[in-house]
Amino acid sequence: MLDIHNLSISFQRYTRGFVRETLSPVSDVSLSVHAGEIVALIGASGAGKSLLAHAMLGLLPKNATLKGDFRFKGEDLSPARIRELRGREIALIPQSVSHLNPLIRVGKQVYRSARLSGRCHCTASASCDNAFSRYQLAETIKAQFPFQISGGMARRVLTATATAGKADLIIADEPTTGLDPEVTEQSLTHLQELAAQQKGVLLITHDLENAARIADTLVVLYDGRTVEITPTSSLSEGTASLHPYTRALWQALPQNGFIRFPHAVEKDDVRKCGCAFACRCPEATSSCRDRMPPLKQIGEKMMRCTHVTG
Amino acid sequence: MLQAENITFRYRQHVPLLKNISCTIRPGEIVGLPGPSGCGKSTLGRLLAGYHSPESGSVTCTGKPLTTSGYCPVQMIFQHAEQAVNPRWRIRKIIEEGNCDYIDLLHSFGIHSGWLDRYPHELSGGELQRISLIRTMNPGTRYLIADEMTASLDPDTQAHIWQTVIPWAKKQQVGLLAITHDHKLLRRIADRIDETFSAVETFSS
Amino acid sequence: MNVQSLPITESVQFSLIPALSNRRRAWLACLLCGGFFLALVVTAGILGTSGLDIDFLHRKLAPSLAYPFGTDWLGRDMLVRTVHGLCRSLSIGLLAAGCSSVISVGIGIMAATMGRRVDSILSLLIDIVMATPHLVLLILVSFACGGGARGVVIAVAVSHWPRLARILRAEILQLRTSEFISISRRLGKTPGWIALHHMLPHLIPQFMIGLILMFPHAILHAAGLTFLGFGLTPHNPSIGILLSESMRHLSTGYWWLAILPGLSLVCTVKLFDILGNNLRTLLDPRTTQD
Repeated sequence: MLDIHNLSISFQRYTRGFVRETLSPVSDVSLSVHAGEIVALIGASGAGKSLLAHAMLGLLPKNATLKGDFRFKGEDLSPARIRELRGREIALIPQSVSHLNPLIRVGKQVYRSARLSGRCHCTASASCDNAFSRYQLAETIKAQFPFQISGGMARRVLTATATAGKADLIIADEPTTGLDPEVTEQSLTHLQELAAQQKGVLLITHDLENAARIADTLVVLYDGRTVEITPTSSLSEGTASLHPYTRALWQALPQNGFIRFPHAVEKDDVRKCGCAFACRCPEATSSCRDRMPPLKQIGEKMMRCTHVTG
Repeated sequence: MLQAENITFRYRQHVPLLKNISCTIRPGEIVGLPGPSGCGKSTLGRLLAGYHSPESGSVTCTGKPLTTSGYCPVQMIFQHAEQAVNPRWRIRKIIEEGNCDYIDLLHSFGIHSGWLDRYPHELSGGELQRISLIRTMNPGTRYLIADEMTASLDPDTQAHIWQTVIPWAKKQQVGLLAITHDHKLLRRIADRIDETFSAVETFSS
Repeated sequence: MNVQSLPITESVQFSLIPALSNRRRAWLACLLCGGFFLALVVTAGILGTSGLDIDFLHRKLAPSLAYPFGTDWLGRDMLVRTVHGLCRSLSIGLLAAGCSSVISVGIGIMAATMGRRVDSILSLLIDIVMATPHLVLLILVSFACGGGARGVVIAVAVSHWPRLARILRAEILQLRTSEFISISRRLGKTPGWIALHHMLPHLIPQFMIGLILMFPHAILHAAGLTFLGFGLTPHNPSIGILLSESMRHLSTGYWWLAILPGLSLVCTVKLFDILGNNLRTLLDPRTTQD
């Protein structure tokens, strides 16, 4: 359904006066999402995950430039086409209730999402009612404002805004951040239900543990590049076959060792010609630092690492 | 010792959120405070740090009530670092508001000195959280309340932050209250778990 | 098929120089506006008052090379009159806008920091002034203050402060509840320090933009009051006087007496508007990078 190859996003930025510099927070991202699949996009904050979501919805600022292959249902997407599709065929489940209009009741906002997705007045109403009952939200919740609903309800309302329409690709932006375990569980179950309805789900998160539980494929981002695309089943086979960064993330979890690799103090806009993770990787060699390894297919996975061969 | 005794607190005219709650943190101790959403653990943190005054009961630090002026020995770190900094200030000014001796801390947290001239909207959440921490990690801070400090961060940054803050807290004998849902994290870092809110039923449905 | 280097938004903004980015365009606009006003003042100085002498030999001449704006019924050079009139209207407008802004700042700060009761009273005052028919208030105040430059300045100052006061009040109220302000207090900073270092950087851009955007109003109202006879006296040229005197001659075909000074006024006011909007783009850390 969604195919992204070698996508890069760069910004023109002014340092002092009229001196311009170009920053490329996303330099080479590839991923694909099929119908009925949950793809988890994992990365640190600053790796470019939110930027990617914004790019998919045509929400990048004016000084941004997008390069690369970007296809949805086999069709190349131009900025104008993205604007037509967003809200209709590509929907976003926002991160927090602050993304809702604080002055409009939630029922009306879900209804409006349904209308904006292309539904007529009657079907939008029915769709809104369906969404509310599907997510076990009482009728009385419709009349409440965003600040009046609790965290769990807010999560469900946000999911309802994205699913009240006819979208086939759902982008869930950090659906589990800062939530307690019960609400997190609920949120993830909803995503699994969406996948069961043959929708494509792109789960953007840094919560590796939960992503590994529900996602079919993991796409790991480091410093604006895809470093690994792997089926989540491979995680249960042990960490030896993973990219060093994915391994580092896995081992940094409190229940898996709480180990962290040393952080290098580096200016992040220095142009690195080698692998960006080389300065922190325990397996780095001189060839890693000299040349950026390409993303290559190794069995079921795709990996960007000099050391991992087929 | 930071002590909250029989605290009762409510927001405006609502039902009291906290009723006769007590809590103690000793210097150099790391206390975990888990609990479901809406139970009042963040509010307790804010009361301990002096952001609110309790309706009844008291909050004392080494036997004395919290200061209303001057540097407060109890500092709080919030979940969303973007709201904790002035968006019109550069990073250097933000750090220097609380801490003038921060060069070593920059290295420990992996922050390049070139970032000091940037604005907050140019840094990520994890980077800003580290900046907020550097701002409060000075000799005047005796107790640190971390309210879901790393809930929005990836595992790597989370491990990095805790593994920098905890040795500092132990060395400086700073008491730390870690407010979080993540039981697995608490099992790793906490010396003691405060079960005050663990038995409270969730309000989130 | 690749999507090669497409700018993310297809800008439909009208632009004379599309190759420039927003920031450079904003700087250019500000420089051009500033240059225009400077040129106006310098021109007034260079032209002097010689063109204001009565010269019956050259009455009612249409615009030409010798007299770009033509001459009026007394033979006075309309370009000289327009330039001097604009300078005078500008200075009256600036003075009025300045006084108005000072009142706005005072009342905005008091409403936001002196408690609920004071806030209610001042908000009521703001509502009352805004609800009063604008022109009626201007005429009444100007008349009560004896007309002339003083009357105009006081009238405009008294009727224009509510808008900026509201903006500043809202900004301060929002800032006071910000997390970083509460944190600053816990870090030991005094309220005065917080006001100076935290709040002022947020308020200054709002104040400057509010002030600059108030000039067009002030200038137009000064001209309007003068046109109606409640403002400046005919002894010194101002755009309002030029326009009111030229009304008599429009029907007899002497169009340049009203159109050219009128257009000059519109251009001047529009340039202030452009200046204010571009300054806003430059001062916001987010839009200044575009």
